[in-house]
Amino acid sequence: MKTWLKSGAPWIWLNGGAVALCVVMVVGLIGLIAVRGFGHFWPADVLQTTIVDKSGEQHVILGERVRSETIPAAVARDGGYSLPEDVELVTRYLIKQGNRDVSGRDFNWYMETGMADWEYPENAMVIERREWGGFYGFPVALEQEGEVLFNSSEEGFWQALDEAVERSVELHDEITHIEKVDIGRINHELERIRLERRRMELDGADASALAEADAEFSARKAELDAQYRQVKAERDELYHQLERDTLVAEVASGTQVNIPLHNIVRVTRPNAMGVVGKMGQYLERFWEFLTDEPREANTEGGIFPAIFGTITMVLVMSIIVTPFGVLAAIYLREYAKQGPVLRLIRISVYNLAGVPSIVYGVFGLGFFVYFLGGSIDELFYPESLPAPTFGTPGLFWASLTLALLTLPVVIVSTEEGLSRIPTTIRQGSLALGATKSETLWKVVVPLATPAMMTGLILAIARAAGEVAPLMLVGVVKLAPSLPIDGNYPYLHLDQKIMHLGFHIYDVGFQSPNVEAARPLVYATALTLVLLIIVLNLTAIRIRNSLREKYRSASD
Amino acid sequence: MSDTTSAEQAGASLMPNARERARLRNLRRVKDRLSHWGVATAGLAVVGALGLIFFYLFSEVAPLLKDADVDLAESYPLTATGVQTPAVKHLVLERYEELGATITPEGVSFFAADSGEPTVNFPIQGPSADNLTAFAAGVPADGVLAFGDGKGQVSLAQLNYRLSYPNDQREITPEVLYPLGETPLQIDEQGRSLTHLAAQATSKGYVLAAVTQDNRLLLGRYSSRENLMTGEVITTGSVEQLPALPGGAQAEFVQVDQTVQHLLVADDQSQLHLYDISNSNSAKLTETVNTERGQVTALEFLVGTGSVVVGTDSGSVSQWLLVRDADNIYHIEPVRDFESLPASVTTIAPEYARRGFWVGDAEGSVGVYHGTASQTLMIEQVADSAIEQIAISPINRKMLVLDNSGAVQVMDVWNEHPEVSFSSLWQKVWYEGREGPEYVWQASSGGDGFESKMSLVPLSLGTLKAALFAMLFAIPLGIMGALYTAYFMTPKMRGLVKPTIEIMEALPTVILGFLAGLWLAPFLENHLPAIFSVLILMPLMMVVVGFAWSRLPQSIRTSVPEGWEAAILIVPVLLTGWFCVAMSPHMEVWFFSGSMRQWFTDNGINYDQRNALVVGIAMGFAVIPTIFSIAEDAIFNVPRHLSQGSLALGATRWQTVVGVVLPTASPGIFSAVMMGFGRAVGETMIVLMATGNSPVVNFNIFEGMRTLSANIAVELPETAVASTHFRVLFLAALVLLALTFIVNTCAEIIRQRLRKRYSNL
Repeated sequence: MKTWLKSGAPWIWLNGGAVALCVVMVVGLIGLIAVRGFGHFWPADVLQTTIVDKSGEQHVILGERVRSETIPAAVARDGGYSLPEDVELVTRYLIKQGNRDVSGRDFNWYMETGMADWEYPENAMVIERREWGGFYGFPVALEQEGEVLFNSSEEGFWQALDEAVERSVELHDEITHIEKVDIGRINHELERIRLERRRMELDGADASALAEADAEFSARKAELDAQYRQVKAERDELYHQLERDTLVAEVASGTQVNIPLHNIVRVTRPNAMGVVGKMGQYLERFWEFLTDEPREANTEGGIFPAIFGTITMVLVMSIIVTPFGVLAAIYLREYAKQGPVLRLIRISVYNLAGVPSIVYGVFGLGFFVYFLGGSIDELFYPESLPAPTFGTPGLFWASLTLALLTLPVVIVSTEEGLSRIPTTIRQGSLALGATKSETLWKVVVPLATPAMMTGLILAIARAAGEVAPLMLVGVVKLAPSLPIDGNYPYLHLDQKIMHLGFHIYDVGFQSPNVEAARPLVYATALTLVLLIIVLNLTAIRIRNSLREKYRSASD
Repeated sequence: MSDTTSAEQAGASLMPNARERARLRNLRRVKDRLSHWGVATAGLAVVGALGLIFFYLFSEVAPLLKDADVDLAESYPLTATGVQTPAVKHLVLERYEELGATITPEGVSFFAADSGEPTVNFPIQGPSADNLTAFAAGVPADGVLAFGDGKGQVSLAQLNYRLSYPNDQREITPEVLYPLGETPLQIDEQGRSLTHLAAQATSKGYVLAAVTQDNRLLLGRYSSRENLMTGEVITTGSVEQLPALPGGAQAEFVQVDQTVQHLLVADDQSQLHLYDISNSNSAKLTETVNTERGQVTALEFLVGTGSVVVGTDSGSVSQWLLVRDADNIYHIEPVRDFESLPASVTTIAPEYARRGFWVGDAEGSVGVYHGTASQTLMIEQVADSAIEQIAISPINRKMLVLDNSGAVQVMDVWNEHPEVSFSSLWQKVWYEGREGPEYVWQASSGGDGFESKMSLVPLSLGTLKAALFAMLFAIPLGIMGALYTAYFMTPKMRGLVKPTIEIMEALPTVILGFLAGLWLAPFLENHLPAIFSVLILMPLMMVVVGFAWSRLPQSIRTSVPEGWEAAILIVPVLLTGWFCVAMSPHMEVWFFSGSMRQWFTDNGINYDQRNALVVGIAMGFAVIPTIFSIAEDAIFNVPRHLSQGSLALGATRWQTVVGVVLPTASPGIFSAVMMGFGRAVGETMIVLMATGNSPVVNFNIFEGMRTLSANIAVELPETAVASTHFRVLFLAALVLLALTFIVNTCAEIIRQRLRKRYSNL
């Protein structure tokens, strides 16, 4: 024992333990996100049981088990529960009961003490609604125009309900399309007419020219107004159709609730589903999560605008950062005079990678948004002032700020790539009479492309996960429209965008109902983590294969 | 002939002729040049853009360092404004700096501020011009004026400016209102002449204080109600007589505050008296203090009426705060002395919305001060005779100065950021309404009279606190992990561990922050004992497993070669963690009577759910990879022959590490720690999400903090551009930038030196 201690072996084990702990933490963390994130889409069984509340009354509850925990009985007693004297620890369950419109609270903790056995009634249904969150209950009847079409006990009820839901969802989609695309286009046109007129005024057009233009504008306006009236009539008709059906349902306590079908996104009976059915349901929900718009203050629905915003922003950033990063690296490595000054510059550039990202955000807000954006507005968009066009946080400034933030990453990676290229290759090219630029662009740079790719991928990975600077320069919790759409000029660089990382922060920390938002945050986090891990692994793979290649080339 | 033809033919098919070649050469040279210049320009532009960050942040911060500045814009005699009497009681300048107004016994006369041209004159309703004996003005933002006469009557007026935009041109129409009616109020039942007055608009109406000729102190509270039908103003009020000043002192100045709690009197014996008037009809004199700075010659409340500025005949200027003691009794306390003026103080003009004020003296000097920042911004001689009145505009860009020779000077003022001084940012400041000097960050609030508290100390300490706890967690794990990975681990396992750690580094901090805030914080709160048991049991378990392994039969031990200890430990680590968590509720029942959190609270330790412990773990997690990869690099690159030599001399593996490897690599490890520290200091999202963001000044691990970076993220979007608050946030960013830049540069230089040393070994 003593010799074992003396040999220092315990220290080695401790060091090994540190590595083990780190690995366990990383894997555990990713595992936690994966389990919680993927679990979000699984249609959990709906349990029904009887509980005893603080005042000793019994209630029937229906809902999904979210999680459980063991707490000291003292804590529970402090909370007002009466527990037997000899109990030291109690288990409690968090049940998602939904029905926020009926009971006010959709998540509740219940003590195991006094809880009856759990049952899984076959016809318990879960309804995803557009308002008030989920609904847990039993169906009573399906009504059409106020008349009972089917009772829940009748044959064919579920089929009729499914068809009715499908119909209302389709109608709803049509309406959304009309509102977003058609009416959005008309509004966009109207705004353009207003701006054109204002511009003429500002340019000092004389009264006759202005009157002439006004005539044309009012003709265009009248046409748009007519279009609007037509679209609106169409929409109103659809709304009317949408209000046809109503589902009558009953919650666990026996209260009957009328749910208009236009409020329903999906009706499921998890307890009646087999594994295959659940899998199908799972994939459907997962797909919806990736492709749908958010609902209910971002706590439900999908995250498509956030994904789209992140990708657009990162793409614009890549377009800016790649040429500049690569050129700067080439300059530092190939053209600049190597000496103490350059060493200083290089250290400074490298260190900028370690500067807190929020500092870039502050710089972006002050310099890009207020200074550059303000100047651009004055020069090019005077007609819409005082409403700022570029003088307010937006997509372009977010991309530019991130480009600045990731420049050091690209520079470092490219320089490393350039320095790895054996001098023999370079000298060979020069010896054959090529000029310096020919050697550079035709021999060295192509060889260093993978390194640049690595740099770019690392930059993208860093940019995709960065949130702090974006909070200052252009990311919002809910953007009214996507940065790319069918209206001229198609890519709206001045628009505010949604972002996956900010979505996590916002939904997790600013939303009023954190418990309801939690699964969605995990799912969003999972999407972001997967994106970043894939990007990083690709970069690592490219880098490693690159090393191998040059090792063999230089031998 | 045929030769040349064939040569030409050959040239045409294979090689360009001489001229063509020269042209090509030229082209290539031009291309070469172009590429050179293009790359150089782009490269320098990028380096310049990165350098611009420094310069831009500094240029935004620079105005904070600038002192106040006034420039004479215009000067005209007082008579030009239409005022004939030199007895100007008060001078004001409105928000758009177009109209000035003098208040004289003849009335309120408005004039164009730039030219002095008179616009409109309102005679005072009440005291006639030769019977005006006393005058008072409330805090500048309210525009309340009071006029007292020789018959014990007071009329109360209020200045108001109406804005209209005929033809898109701004037009300001001044008016004088009488909120308590145009009939003067009889404040002194005995009808004596009033010598001094004080007036203030309050939340319930108006309060008036008066000193009569026979030195009685009277306090009147008035409110008015307008009859909706007739438009008639009905005024109700009550007057009480306050206890007399002790020792037969004669009251010279009276001031009353907006909350109607305090009445302040300066007498002719260099004394200040504080009356508690919070209960009507039982007002009492609570304190009499000697100014110790000479006879009071000017006395004004600052905005918010929580503190008062006292000017004396010696030229001294001091700020006195109303401070509540432990028994809930207010005292008047001299808190700050400012740089004295050369001669006796004649007038004090408080600013409208800030704790700043302008002071004039008897020899024509004007001083600009700021209370909270305890700053003397400027003292300048602007006239040859005594300054009579100063009027500063509500936006502090222009002022009017009236001197004894009857000249009005219009001055352009630059005084944008008086709130900021070294002491207000970095030292304890005694704020209004507080019991003593403190470090507080509370930059903005809803109210107009709010005193912004911009001490960077709580934020800087918060930053250090977060970084410190993160480093406590990260340094042992990072360095020990790096040591093991670099020196003991088999290459195969290393190929797995390194990418894992790199992934760890790439994880977005928003995800760590979200997990810390939504999962870890509640988890820790419910499993507090687990943290402490993990801290003790985890290392113990590792050693025990190690010892048990060494006792295992040779055959099992050799089946797993050296360098796989970490892999062996994974399962025990998981088991220990699970065990600690599972035991946690039991331990709470056994040792902490049910709840460890409650136990902390009972023992006087504050516990926030989102606290430094959570931040330490989450941010430690973010910092570990930084420390790990740099330290690992340093240790791995220690020349092998050094350690092999040590091993050959009979040292054990661990002895070699401690005696040879670590000393050689220590600069690299140090630079790794510095880099990690740099990252922890600037991290934003984790602290934003995992703490309560309350700017506390302590190092309690169970309380939160607010860091510089989180503060920027929270407050910058809400701040007005170019305001002091905006610039202070830029200063915070600059501090962060400079700090991380210096730390990282040091670390980088150490690393480069180390690399050189390795190559020499």
